[in-house]
Amino acid sequence: MKGFWRDAAEFFPILMNGVALTIIVTIGSLLLSTALGLIWAMMRVSGIKALAMLSASMINLIRGIPIIVLLFYLYFVMPDLGVTLSALQAAILGLGIAYSAYQAENFRAGIEAIDKGQIEAAQSIGMGWWLTMRRVVLPQAVRIVLPPYGNVMIMMLKDSSQASTITVAELALQGKLIASSTFKNTNVFTLVALMYLTMSIPLILLVRHFEKRAGKK
Amino acid sequence: MIELSDVHKSFGNVEVLKGITASVQKGEVVCVIGPSGSGKSTILRCINGLESYDRGEISIEGLKVHRDAPTIVEIRTQVSMVFQRFNLFPHRTALENVVEGPLFVKQEPRAEAYERGRALLARVGLAEKADVHPPQLSGGQQQRVAIARALAMQPKAILFDEPTSALDPELVGDVLGVMRKLADEGMTMVVVTHEMGFARDVADRVLFIDGGVIVEQGPAKALLNQPQHPRTQDFLRRVLHPL
Repeated sequence: MKGFWRDAAEFFPILMNGVALTIIVTIGSLLLSTALGLIWAMMRVSGIKALAMLSASMINLIRGIPIIVLLFYLYFVMPDLGVTLSALQAAILGLGIAYSAYQAENFRAGIEAIDKGQIEAAQSIGMGWWLTMRRVVLPQAVRIVLPPYGNVMIMMLKDSSQASTITVAELALQGKLIASSTFKNTNVFTLVALMYLTMSIPLILLVRHFEKRAGKK
Repeated sequence: MIELSDVHKSFGNVEVLKGITASVQKGEVVCVIGPSGSGKSTILRCINGLESYDRGEISIEGLKVHRDAPTIVEIRTQVSMVFQRFNLFPHRTALENVVEGPLFVKQEPRAEAYERGRALLARVGLAEKADVHPPQLSGGQQQRVAIARALAMQPKAILFDEPTSALDPELVGDVLGVMRKLADEGMTMVVVTHEMGFARDVADRVLFIDGGVIVEQGPAKALLNQPQHPRTQDFLRRVLHPL
């Protein structure tokens, strides 16, 4: 145990560099997946058949490709097509696109859960589609969407470790590098696991809070 | 003011409206009565453009109602609707519900919209509930907020779709009282209702609808006291003397 704490004190600063990148990848891809997911969901419920079909196809396409393949494609294939991305950019883009499909289905479920009478009431006072969405549907859908959104945040935090496969030196990769040079696998990966857990627990509590609040309504 | 000419509407294979021709004059109160599933609510929904219709024509002050035409917004700001289940926005207070249309659809100045919103809530007897959210209000209070929301658009007519059907019996009177006041003030109203007392006392005319057609129409008191058509007689007997 004593050895663990000594190693922890030694490796902690290096691993914290990884934590910083993990947070950047998670927040970046969360924002991107939210924006994209909202676009897919809006297209899906727009009532315009072509847009709904395009959105459904995109969602299925994205869901059908493993995140790691998407990351490889963006980082290794795109330069062949003349688009070179840094590892961090590719990681944020890849995870953002991959998770946008799940976000979209989450948002769509939230939007479709809103009582039809709400939309009719909005229409009956002259609101158009966008105003109805903005003022009536989305504010109510947010409450429904928040608990699963929190779960997506936790999954993204953990899946940000996949960025290590394209050389983003986030927490998992930093741990692997330290372990391979010191052979202290147990201590290093226990520390890495504890650091992920420390970041996840506040999010888990946040989800529980959202669920309680949603349950009260 | 509101003209319906040979309006047909089907849901799938079921023809719900089979050629409705009727008109509502400015300042007139018309009650639409009839059994469930006869097409009463569908007529209102077609007038407001919430449903499209297949054939015929509906116009409001000469403006043709077409659900997908850009003019539908103008029509909806002129003809408001009050729903059976109120359909208030639960995430907004009573006052915010009332000012939502004036602020965001009609782009009225904020201070003016709020001032008028408060006055409208006072008019329906709910001045003290301005900052309360709908789930904290009784059904009758919610329906009165919904009426205030409809009035806030300064409409030329209001359509009421069974406004008291979802209320506890003891709360019906408050809502009918507000509607009676509106009628007395000269508001053009089309009311789908099962409240025969209201129809008799307040309506100028009554339409009896069954099976998607107007079976009988006429002055309220005459139609309700001395219905001519056997189907109207049968319906009224069952409604007024259920035992």
